[in-house]
Amino acid sequence: MQSPDGTTVVTPLGVPAGGEIAGAPASRNLVLDDFLRNKRAIGGCIVVLLLVLFCFVGPLIYHVNLTNVNLDLENLPPGPGHPLGTDEYGIDILGRLMQGGQSSLELGFAVAIASTVIGSLYGAISGMIGGVVDALLMRIVDTLLAVPTFILLLICASMFSLNLATIILLLTVLSWPYVCRLVRAQVLSLRTREFVQASTAMGSTRTRILFRHMVPNTFNIFIVTATFAVADAIYALSALSFLGLGPPPPFADWGTMLTNGVNDLFDSYPWEVYPALIVLVVTVLAFRQIGDALNDISSARSSVR
Amino acid sequence: MTWYLVRRIGQAIAVVIGVMILTFILVHLEPGSTAKAVLGLKATPARIALFDNTYGLNRPLPVQFWLYCVHVVHGNFGISYVAGQPVSTLIAQRLPRDAVLLGLSTLVALIIGVPMGLYQAIHHGTVRDDVIAGTWFTFYSAPDFMEALLLIAIFSVHFHWFQPAFPGGITSVGGIFADPSALVLPVVVLAINSVAGFSQYMRSSAIEELAQDYIRTARAKGLGERLILTRHLLRNALLPIVTILGLSLPDIVAGAVIAEAIFNFPGMGLLFWQSALAHDFPVMLGATLIIGIATVVGNLAADVTYGVLDPRIRHAVA
Repeated sequence: MQSPDGTTVVTPLGVPAGGEIAGAPASRNLVLDDFLRNKRAIGGCIVVLLLVLFCFVGPLIYHVNLTNVNLDLENLPPGPGHPLGTDEYGIDILGRLMQGGQSSLELGFAVAIASTVIGSLYGAISGMIGGVVDALLMRIVDTLLAVPTFILLLICASMFSLNLATIILLLTVLSWPYVCRLVRAQVLSLRTREFVQASTAMGSTRTRILFRHMVPNTFNIFIVTATFAVADAIYALSALSFLGLGPPPPFADWGTMLTNGVNDLFDSYPWEVYPALIVLVVTVLAFRQIGDALNDISSARSSVR
Repeated sequence: MTWYLVRRIGQAIAVVIGVMILTFILVHLEPGSTAKAVLGLKATPARIALFDNTYGLNRPLPVQFWLYCVHVVHGNFGISYVAGQPVSTLIAQRLPRDAVLLGLSTLVALIIGVPMGLYQAIHHGTVRDDVIAGTWFTFYSAPDFMEALLLIAIFSVHFHWFQPAFPGGITSVGGIFADPSALVLPVVVLAINSVAGFSQYMRSSAIEELAQDYIRTARAKGLGERLILTRHLLRNALLPIVTILGLSLPDIVAGAVIAEAIFNFPGMGLLFWQSALAHDFPVMLGATLIIGIATVVGNLAADVTYGVLDPRIRHAVA
């Protein structure tokens, strides 16, 4: 305990100076504590950190040809010079893994942030306004949810020429409705709480209530869905590339490396399948683990309250 | 219940109209004109004008949308650019095969997933529960094509037990049964993904029910554990699964596209994938409309069935 002049005031039996009872620490720190104590969350974060290092720092250390086709080196098994072998164009698999990971991770983070921000705002505004407007806005969301996202993604991929930017845009447009539903439900329940009513009674405008009370209180939903959205976006891109509908070369991601998977297995080139498959699964699993752990933490917190 | 039904059906109709507007917008987003896509790039302006006139493409958009709706209601989804056949014919050939594939895999998933979730719930908090939950979490998180590739690597490449793909040129519905060993892997791949969802929902639902008073009452009056589980717990814990069945339809359809593409299964998913590769928009949009309507009907059916099965819901909303 610090007195105003900066010296420590020692009080008997640990009673705080001034006799006040120490308040509970801010809830954000409690959540952070839970997060740091959760093994799954920490494990997931370490894996994600390693992946980011692998994809973005790796190419700075591991220099290899990723652009020129070299048929002398095609389908080489793992060995000296090519730790994970080469693919059917003679390109080093380890190098491609790093390069492909860059686009996958960039896409994952970008789509997660954009879609959760848009979905949260749309859901919060719709829930705040209520009535006919809410009903109309929600039918739009229902419509987008009625058609499987992947089906719409395939149609758009077939219609437009894709690159990393357009595919981020597309996935964002297609994935915000999920967040929106959750946030709206939360806002509807918040609207009836005392502190929001008190704020209204004190003359707060709707905008103030939205940004001051609704948005901070939906933050746990925001962070959980954003984490899952990273995994979903990376998976969607890989599935699209796997089906041969991803952005054209030179764009590369892990799904592209698996396009010929079945043939590679039959031609006994397993090293052209498993590395990409393993990295992809590890990435998606890591993000899902973090999301799942965050979900447990936030639901445990709200049930304690 | 009646009022709830009316409101729920009203919402469903609104969403179906929404899906139609969505596909109509997508038709018009298509780069280039429909006339050029059908008649070819060398079509003369006169022929294009005739085509546009015949199909009402020179009419105002609201009129076109009305015509589109009328066509759809009459089962006319347009002509495939590639096959030259009506889209409705192409879809009608494939839907029964998908009913077989998706029905079989869902059945397998339920037979495995429900007892497994129940087992986990009874032993929840133990190592056994954690191991099973972790395994399914991995399968659930892993991309659909991972399971397909691994199964092919093990059972087709290594053991030669099952065909890795269907032969091309299957024309009849029964054609998919010609070589039953080709049917095994697609069904297993789709089932694995559903089992993960079913067993985990079953687990949490059963854990919730196990804490209820009626289970304690049943135990207190000396009922055998087996009877408690089958008579009392199973029936109540199964309720949420009904909803999950309806809600998981979009996921199942998306999984089917990938699985059918890998295994060359002649269903809607394969048709959709091939149309996407060939830019065959009428087929894609027709299929999307069918899938969208199926999802809406599936969700509606799940909600209504839930209300019928669970009297508490029926009275709460009445």
